Amino acid sequence: MYLQKQIVNNNLILRLQGDFDLMITDKFREAIEEVLVKNRIDNIIINLENVSFIDSSGLGVILGRYKQLSQRGGKLFLVNPKPQVAKILEFSGISKIIRIVTNEEEAFRVS
Amino acid sequence: MQVTERKLLNEMKIEFLSIPENVALARVVVASFAAQLDFTLTDLDEIKVAVSEAVSNAIIHGYENDSSKSVVVSARIEENRLNIVVEDIGKGIADLEQALQPAFSTHPDRMGFGFVFMQSFMNDFSVKTELGAGTKVFMSKILSDVFMDNDNEENVQLDM
Repeated sequence: MYLQKQIVNNNLILRLQGDFDLMITDKFREAIEEVLVKNRIDNIIINLENVSFIDSSGLGVILGRYKQLSQRGGKLFLVNPKPQVAKILEFSGISKIIRIVTNEEEAFRVS
Repeated sequence: MQVTERKLLNEMKIEFLSIPENVALARVVVASFAAQLDFTLTDLDEIKVAVSEAVSNAIIHGYENDSSKSVVVSARIEENRLNIVVEDIGKGIADLEQALQPAFSTHPDRMGFGFVFMQSFMNDFSVKTELGAGTKVFMSKILSDVFMDNDNEENVQLDM
């Protein structure tokens, strides 16, 4: 699992590559915590276009960050999930509360 | 009780340490095994999620992330069925009915959707559990026979 972080105008962009399952959740959580402690972050944009698999562990981490951000008035965006990932997002109902966009630019426009 | 005798075509069993790295191992092995039947890619994706959920549960709940313990995943292909068993000899589930409810989890950071995915993505699903002794999750995926032999189909002419 490869995780790239970028901060643009108080927005944290996370680009993931690989599978979003139990193995990545701790690393993912730590990576975000580390950034949130050192920087002012308003919104988080999670780019899923290179994620081939997600299960409830991955969903749980996304939901956890969403709750954390919402409390501060921030927004979370999911970018361009593959069909099998989009299916899981929809099935769990997460797509009803978290905005899914087709590219990072769209997230910036909306936020 | 109805016992159906189905012909066993193949069987496998793997045992691995209760660590997050092995969730992917388990789902890939079972999906590869399942591919011996004519499952669709969607079926295989669903099998991967179901196995991931069951194995993650064994690690997080059964063994409470004790990396010295082992999870066992076995699978059988019986005619048009794939039967999977995910087993741990860990904690066991105190209240199974409660555990099976969607969005219920004893873990503060987890969604409680594992069983929901397993039940929705597999045709048959059941859990045997005993406090202090462990948990066995049984799941089956039946090969869909929607796409039948084309021999009996009539060719329909479309007047365009």
